[in-house]
Amino acid sequence: MAPILQLKGITKQFPGVLANDHIDLTLNKGEILALLGENGAGKSTLMNILYGLYQPDEGEILVNDKKVTIHSPTDAIKTGIGMVHQHFMLIPVFTVTENVMLGSEPVKAGDFLDRPKTADKIREISRQYKLEVNPDDRVEDLPVGVQQRVEIIKLLYREAEILIFDEPTAVLTPQEADELFLIMRSLVKQGKSIIFITHKLREVLDVADRITVIRRGKVVGQADPKTANKNELAEMMVGRAISLVVQKEVKAPGKIVLSVKDLVVADQMKQMVVDHVSFDVHAGQVLGVAGVQGNGQTELVEAVTGLRKSVSGSVDFGGTEITNASPRKITSLGSAHVPEDRQADGLVLPFTVAENLVLCTYYQEPFAKGVVLQYDKILENSISLVKDFDIRTPSPLTAVGTLSGGNQQKVIIARELSRPIQLLVASQPTRGLDVGSIEYIHKRIVQKRDEGCAVLLISPELDEIIELSDRIAVMYRGKIIATVNADNVTKETLGLLMAGIVPEKIESAPNGEKVVETTF
Amino acid sequence: MAVSSATIQRVKIGDISRVRRISTGVIEILIAAFIFFMFASKITGDALTKFVMTPGGITVGKMGDWIVQTRLTLWIMAGICLVIGIYQLIKGFGKFSTGMIGVVFLAFIFSFLTWQASGKQLNLAGMLSSSVLLAVPITLGAFSGILCERAGVVNIAIEGMMLMAAMVGALMGSITQSMWLGLFFGVLSAVLLAALHAVLSIKYKIDQIISGTVINIFSAGMTSFISQKFLQVHQELNNPIMFTRFEIPVLAKIPLIGPILFNTNFFVYLMFFLLIIIQIALFSTRWGLRMRSVGEHPKAADTLGINVIKTRYMAVLLGGMVAGIAGAFYTLGSVGRFDEGMTAGKGFIGLAAMIFGNYSPIGAIGAGFLFGFADSIGSKLSLLGSAIPSTLMSTAPYLITMIVLAGFVGKGHVPAADGKPYTKE
Repeated sequence: MAPILQLKGITKQFPGVLANDHIDLTLNKGEILALLGENGAGKSTLMNILYGLYQPDEGEILVNDKKVTIHSPTDAIKTGIGMVHQHFMLIPVFTVTENVMLGSEPVKAGDFLDRPKTADKIREISRQYKLEVNPDDRVEDLPVGVQQRVEIIKLLYREAEILIFDEPTAVLTPQEADELFLIMRSLVKQGKSIIFITHKLREVLDVADRITVIRRGKVVGQADPKTANKNELAEMMVGRAISLVVQKEVKAPGKIVLSVKDLVVADQMKQMVVDHVSFDVHAGQVLGVAGVQGNGQTELVEAVTGLRKSVSGSVDFGGTEITNASPRKITSLGSAHVPEDRQADGLVLPFTVAENLVLCTYYQEPFAKGVVLQYDKILENSISLVKDFDIRTPSPLTAVGTLSGGNQQKVIIARELSRPIQLLVASQPTRGLDVGSIEYIHKRIVQKRDEGCAVLLISPELDEIIELSDRIAVMYRGKIIATVNADNVTKETLGLLMAGIVPEKIESAPNGEKVVETTF
Repeated sequence: MAVSSATIQRVKIGDISRVRRISTGVIEILIAAFIFFMFASKITGDALTKFVMTPGGITVGKMGDWIVQTRLTLWIMAGICLVIGIYQLIKGFGKFSTGMIGVVFLAFIFSFLTWQASGKQLNLAGMLSSSVLLAVPITLGAFSGILCERAGVVNIAIEGMMLMAAMVGALMGSITQSMWLGLFFGVLSAVLLAALHAVLSIKYKIDQIISGTVINIFSAGMTSFISQKFLQVHQELNNPIMFTRFEIPVLAKIPLIGPILFNTNFFVYLMFFLLIIIQIALFSTRWGLRMRSVGEHPKAADTLGINVIKTRYMAVLLGGMVAGIAGAFYTLGSVGRFDEGMTAGKGFIGLAAMIFGNYSPIGAIGAGFLFGFADSIGSKLSLLGSAIPSTLMSTAPYLITMIVLAGFVGKGHVPAADGKPYTKE
């Protein structure tokens, strides 16, 4: 049978980057093709070409053996190609019906919306593909997993035959991800074809029929999920053998460095997002905070680092009360912060690498004398840090905004870890980074822990949490609903906790030697 | 398979704290005390207040006067406020709190009027009738804002557009000796300014506040210049034919409501017509759904084949049209000639009404009436020879605007992409 979609020699050049270099890709009817590659490998560019957001410089697209040109998302929809975006293209204040009908609305009497007709069709689709959803609900009231179903229904409503899923599990709990995989299976069973973009090896092996790996804009290989293993795929993806194991020394926890008691934090809408949270972080220990994004982790970190005022409760750092203290005071006491959004909160993008490296210390000797900055000292400092932390930059005087995500994050890590610190607060330290950078940053965090630093690690990535943490606290709806030992907890248990379900018995055991295999 | 996660529903800190509930109750009790001690104390038991229930000069749909015992009325009003305040203090009205504040507010206003008109007569119907007229430019300004901002373009240039349309309406209405042509050219001038705002803010992505401010300054300067150079020198250029009052058959005969709503100016009818049209168009048609989607999440709209740029241009131009009608009302519907700066910030109050009305036409007209009523209290009371200086009373609408903006804004839903230029990838 002829493939439903063929890409032949697709090439796309951006200023300075060859994003896609003669990519060939085939998708057969009724299969799930996984497109595996690191961030920046060119997956998204390729899919945006397929979806009509970019035009290729060379190459052709064939749908059912017919050559097509796609100039806009509308063209893509007409050719039967639909995309579930990583960041949902849904309007939160509209109902499910309105979101689904938008752009191809059935109307009566001229221009009046026929909502019941759309709602009926949604019910029909939802029955056929087991996509449970109520057409009259407002999208903003729905959990993320259901919102994603609405995205899928949008495509089915437009009778898409080829569905592109762009990093669909990034925002889901493990259970929701498993549900999504069931839905994807049911879709291909009923004749749809799916391209599944991801950089997570486990998911690829779980759900794909075929795997195509992309690196630096080129197709570097194919793999069969039945026979491939993670190491092989990771190596193909990164281009070199990488260590998938983080070795940690066994350490008895030291004294309490950070102690949070009954902390309550509100968001801008005056809603309680951190609900009477208490925990301790010991020296030489990593406390991982797991949880689906948006369960209060962001606000918790902001309150601990002085970026947000808490409503009540206390935060104590090494014997000093720092509740609602200024960020500078907390920093000068020996706390480091790797923020969640490195571009907004971690760096001043138009400033140089050298300047960004002294953002916490510029006002102190030797970087300042009185009010005058000592640029020779700042430059000296940056030259040594660029070398020590392997920051790939043309020069220390390059604007930090022009570096890649991984190198930007290294600038933050270098700045924060080169100071004498007792506490490291790392919020999603590897978000959006490639495997090589992730490996590097994990090593640095573990190194700090081994030196006796207390680490508070926040991440929605279960693998990262399990790999790095000594203890894991799970946040759900602003509360820490359980704290478990990292050694013997399973992903399934954590997944249930992240969904707010507390298993009857959580086993715990004394700390032991810990060698965990990394999965990406 | 069961749904493994549920919506994250959070406790509102505001609901937990008792501070707001108690302070609201205390204020309501204080108002009751104020009515009792300040208004009612010096009134003798036999004093009467007479409310005239037919606007002056109206012959159709007359209604008898309404005479009340001043002190008894004030006592009743104070009693209502006291009961509401005590209940609020002890148990709280929950989600009805805001509504109850409204009731107390109304009782206070009514008490104030009763007290002021004690021993005299007050034309209540006339006051309501003029409130409606005063609400016209505010409400239409709010409609203009709704059209723009629902599509994601902030338009603070409504004031400037109104002023320009008022001037052009007077000038062209005088030259052509036709009110319809005056209205047409007035609206056209506002649409041209809107087109400028659209090009600056949609195409060139200039900060929309700056663009709007520039247009306001330009309009103020330009209309002053033309007014001084031509309209004041040649009075015949500032004497347009006006839209006059006309009655709608049958409906005009309903007592009280008839004379106020159905025997009035063309612009009032136009306002109600636009209310219905915009309300239905925004929420029940394809056109409105697409326009709102562009104001909420332009990228999503774009991926579904909706032309974001075109939609925004259309919205801003329509907004300009409605602002033009609002401006033309001054010279062609109300005053009959152009004076410099005659819109007096009503375009901005229109924006306040838009926000207060939660970006919906129905809400906006309600807010418009509130502001219009505040406006008319001032002018009526100066006629009664009130102890309060009328210049002070004329600050009432602005005072109410500030209280309303401080107390209610931020609770409604602002279009998510409001004020953000859209760049296609």
